[in-house]
Amino acid sequence: MLDDFFSRAIIAGVGLAVVTGPLGCFVIWRRMAYFGDTMAHSALLGVALAFLFEFNLMVGVFIVAGLVSIALLLLERRRALSTDALLGILSHSALALGLVMVAFMTWIRIDLMGFLFGDILAVSRLDIAFIYGGGAIVLAGIAWLWRPLLAATVNAELAEAEGLHPERSRFVFMLLMALVIAIAMKIVGILLITSLMIIPAATARRFAVTPEGMAVMASVAGATAVVAGLFGSLELDTPSGPSIVVAALVLFVLTLLPFGRRDGQAAEERGQ
Amino acid sequence: MHKPLSGRDRPIVTMAGAGVARNGRWLVRGIDLDIRRGEIVTLIGPNGSGKSTTAKLAIGVLRPDEGDVERSSSLRIGYVPQKLSIDWTLPLSVERLMTLTGPQPREAVVEALEAVGIPHLARAEVQHLSGGEFQRALMARAIVRKPDLLVLDEPVQGVDFGGEVALYELIGRIREETGCAVLLISHDLHVVMAGTDTVLCLNGHVCCRGTPQTVAQSPEYLQLFGARAADALAFYRHHHDHTHMPDGRVRHADGTVTDHCHSGDGHHHDHASHMAHGEAGDPQSPEGGGHA
Repeated sequence: MLDDFFSRAIIAGVGLAVVTGPLGCFVIWRRMAYFGDTMAHSALLGVALAFLFEFNLMVGVFIVAGLVSIALLLLERRRALSTDALLGILSHSALALGLVMVAFMTWIRIDLMGFLFGDILAVSRLDIAFIYGGGAIVLAGIAWLWRPLLAATVNAELAEAEGLHPERSRFVFMLLMALVIAIAMKIVGILLITSLMIIPAATARRFAVTPEGMAVMASVAGATAVVAGLFGSLELDTPSGPSIVVAALVLFVLTLLPFGRRDGQAAEERGQ
Repeated sequence: MHKPLSGRDRPIVTMAGAGVARNGRWLVRGIDLDIRRGEIVTLIGPNGSGKSTTAKLAIGVLRPDEGDVERSSSLRIGYVPQKLSIDWTLPLSVERLMTLTGPQPREAVVEALEAVGIPHLARAEVQHLSGGEFQRALMARAIVRKPDLLVLDEPVQGVDFGGEVALYELIGRIREETGCAVLLISHDLHVVMAGTDTVLCLNGHVCCRGTPQTVAQSPEYLQLFGARAADALAFYRHHHDHTHMPDGRVRHADGTVTDHCHSGDGHHHDHASHMAHGEAGDPQSPEGGGHA
């Protein structure tokens, strides 16, 4: 089964989607979408550094994304600029630095498009091992941090007062995000990684009644989008990464259609 | 006035000369405060006087920039923050909110929701609650933890007057039943409860302190809030000089029990202001303002 590039692509994509689901829920609950983008954009700098110093690409991306989150935490403490502006600076300067460095390294031919938009059809068995190994670490981390993260999402001071160390869990969460971006880069590419976190989670919101349920549904929605997108790209001969994102978008739009439970209906039920 | 039992007189929170500075400005400074088990401490003061900051110092959300804050080890805190908004993207029922910071047995959750009077809302999403209902849910969440110290930052905002009285009675009852300490923040003077042991009036520093009565008559307090505020407090004190018991009889401050209120009893809707003036002008307090 692993011999077929298409099967490998599906296995890799589904594995990734299962991980991005719960992570993506926190990203939208905590309004960190732009932060996810910033980390993802910094990945290209990680790629460039990995080529320069000749080490594993995923390791390079993880290190740079981790450094970006530490930089953000430190800059936030100075309170000189809003988080929004800081993210804008970090995001685009990291992307630009990466592009400039790649241009300098004339001795290496880098498939820039492959990194920006991903190439899921080229995943190797080793990549699958990385995705499932890294994914297991991320899921275990999320499960371990679930309560403090959720409490801090509701109110950081409340979590702190009741002994849950929200700062620590926030930092670990950022590292987990860096790890996911490192393993996801090859699947959907730097520019589309955040969409695989946000869109399935947003899709799950409509049907979820508990945070835990929303995390599971986001994983299912993401996996569905991967399978649908890959078959679509095979059928229509479209690029695989963007096709997966388009499939996720279609799922999301379907949930906006007025069937089943309407918005505000719960409030009406309660009022009766 | 409820007095803490002498056997457990060791403070669970001790603040000595504690202060917090931000951007070169002191938010609060020189706070000395002991909180003991079974004690209700109320912080009052105008907006921006450092009430919330003081409470956050006491529970360790903020660290003091000068002075010391000590808490007894393994102190279990239940906290109701002043502002709390839950993003609509987070699907959170009242039931799930109850176990936000730690697992709780089902019966305890039901019990806490019943205590605050919203057992019917267990499955409602928190975003659909009214301000008063949400405030009750937050209170239930704090008490379900069986805290040693219950910290309530303006817990009755958005609650109507009847509900307000009920919530303050609940706070008093929780203290009686569990023996926990309560740190209460209020800018509403008339709700400074008869059950409060100590009132700290803040204005960037401890302006005055003591029992509700002594604080209301201290010159610092009158300067800060004006004489009308003293009226409000006196009226409140008067309002609570008798208790309507469940069987319909009335217990008076002197311990006697009658079938009806005395004609002179202060029901706030009748002759409150008249009674309040009479009380405020009464030089009956030999203790004076016990300010720091």
